[in-house]
Amino acid sequence: MQPTERENGIRKSRTGIDGFDELTLGGLPTGRPTLVCGTAGCGKTLFASTFLLNGAAHYDDPGVFVSFEERPVDIISNVASLGYDLQGMIDEGRLLIEHIAIDPADLAEVGDYDLEGLFLRLELAIDQVGAKRIVLDTIESLFSAFTNPAILRAEIRRLFDWLKEKGITAVITGERGDGSLTRQGLEEYVSDCVILLDHRVSNQISTRRLRIVKYRGTAHGTNEIPFLIDEDGFSVLPVSALGLSHQVSEERISSGVNDLDSMLEGHGFYRGSSILVSGVAGSGKSTLSASFAAAACKAGEKALYFSFEESADQTVRNMRSIGMDLKPCIDSGMFRHVAARPTFYSLEMHLAVILREISRFNPTTVVLDPISAFIGTGDPQEVHAMLLRIVDFLKSRQITGIFTHLVHVQGSDVETEIGLSSLMDVWILLLNREAGGEFNRELYLLKARGTSHSNQVREFLMSHDGIRLLPPYVGEGGALTGTARVAEEARSRRLENQRRAEVAALSERLEQRRRKAMAEMEMLQAQLAADEAELKRVLDGEKAYLNQLETDRQNMQSSRKM
Amino acid sequence: MTDMTDEPQQNTPTKLVLYVAGQTPKSMAAIRNLERICREKLPGRFAVEVIDLRQQPHLAREHGIVAIPTLVRELPTPIRKIIGDLSDSEKVLVHLSVGD
Repeated sequence: MQPTERENGIRKSRTGIDGFDELTLGGLPTGRPTLVCGTAGCGKTLFASTFLLNGAAHYDDPGVFVSFEERPVDIISNVASLGYDLQGMIDEGRLLIEHIAIDPADLAEVGDYDLEGLFLRLELAIDQVGAKRIVLDTIESLFSAFTNPAILRAEIRRLFDWLKEKGITAVITGERGDGSLTRQGLEEYVSDCVILLDHRVSNQISTRRLRIVKYRGTAHGTNEIPFLIDEDGFSVLPVSALGLSHQVSEERISSGVNDLDSMLEGHGFYRGSSILVSGVAGSGKSTLSASFAAAACKAGEKALYFSFEESADQTVRNMRSIGMDLKPCIDSGMFRHVAARPTFYSLEMHLAVILREISRFNPTTVVLDPISAFIGTGDPQEVHAMLLRIVDFLKSRQITGIFTHLVHVQGSDVETEIGLSSLMDVWILLLNREAGGEFNRELYLLKARGTSHSNQVREFLMSHDGIRLLPPYVGEGGALTGTARVAEEARSRRLENQRRAEVAALSERLEQRRRKAMAEMEMLQAQLAADEAELKRVLDGEKAYLNQLETDRQNMQSSRKM
Repeated sequence: MTDMTDEPQQNTPTKLVLYVAGQTPKSMAAIRNLERICREKLPGRFAVEVIDLRQQPHLAREHGIVAIPTLVRELPTPIRKIIGDLSDSEKVLVHLSVGD
């Protein structure tokens, strides 16, 4: 192979494929051939055509699609479903489809030949649109058309060298072979960039994965990365584990339930917390988490709700029963509900789709309801790894995450099957306890990192007025809930009334006695006063008598002298 | 473009087109070999046209030519294509189905 110049930092051509350009730090190597290989139906042609179409549509790189198999009309209709107007771009002279069809049936080989005709056709096509990108899909078809492999190999090598010389960014597709990347060993000729696409089915669930086998001049991971082909076309979903270096927020956000906020120092959760809501069936997990999301919407923030059990309409209807209408939030685009059955994708695919939805919607609150749904679809370690990635991803973006988890055995020491508790900042336990012939819901904050939270088991009530958490009623027979609580409360009320009545009667009696005594005291005092008055009168009379006597005696004396 | 028409015989000659690309050894050999076959084995049966695709590359697209040299017999149908330098006269004749 002809030696190629090594520059400091190779130039790259963006593919416009979601996630792929980020993964490769810019796209495919400009001016060099890239081999895209994989089994049948794994998306090679789609990858190649997306690269070409985006080049023409967004990066001002005209392109040539060289099809060895599909007819141009088929290619045009294939990409039309992805929203590309290929015919329009052909008419504008930005794209060209060169269909190279060889029917081996009417072809005979006599003597030596080469593929100069192919070169001339490619050159003509390239010059016609001034192509900077070219797709060869798939050049291996030539091997079924021509019988002399020695000539073909020499010609293909010459072709790739020729493309490099022309400085055209090429994507060559190749079908996966036994023990080699491509059936005809095309990887021998393409040494700059090799991308392997894979489509595996495990447990009847298919997963598409992409791996960069080789990329000269670029540091790349060799992990398999899930990718998705859907109505938006081809998107690669890099799922990288993040460190624990994320920023933490001091900001508190309401849980949407006033009573719950008050259990958390009255302020609610920290923004960016991971909140686990676990409980048995029917304990109110979904309702609680939906009210978190609704609270975020009410505060003018976006919330994303992933449901693996319920449809959007069902969630809306159910939330209406507790007096919460999500419909306006959905209509205004603040609340997005994404429903998918766990078996719809593989774990990685779910992860990838979840991360993509989050990246696109950019919410501040994300609900996953329930994460336990995944346990059946993969082995616990994988589920744990997936959730770890989601938690890390949410934390890195300071998104509050609410995860519901269905447990089958109830108790205060429940351990989630997937060992989630260590990942979570807050763990809300919902209990459904039977007592006196009825089930009553209870809520308990098992942990809440960084807050001095209430340690009470609250009774969890859902009504048309929303969710309420009643403080525990601690009677003689322990904490009581539901009817037992009501009965116990009534009984205490009766006792209290009785006691009060007794006290009232007693104090009444005492009061009467006191009043009687007072009355007697008054009578005696009056008698005393009368006696005193009598005494005074007697003494006054005596005094007057004595005075009179003295006066009379003096009068007599004076009369004697005279 | 060169015309190498032999003198006509009783029937109208079958038209053959030989696609070449420039003056490469393979192309030159094919032209030589075809001339020889026509002259020695089947004088007057064929009218041969040689097209240099280097001059007219759009004809390669129009006629679906990939390998060089390619000899095309368009009529009678089905279309027949022989690629290579035509070094084996017998094989060429077999593939042109001139035995019938």
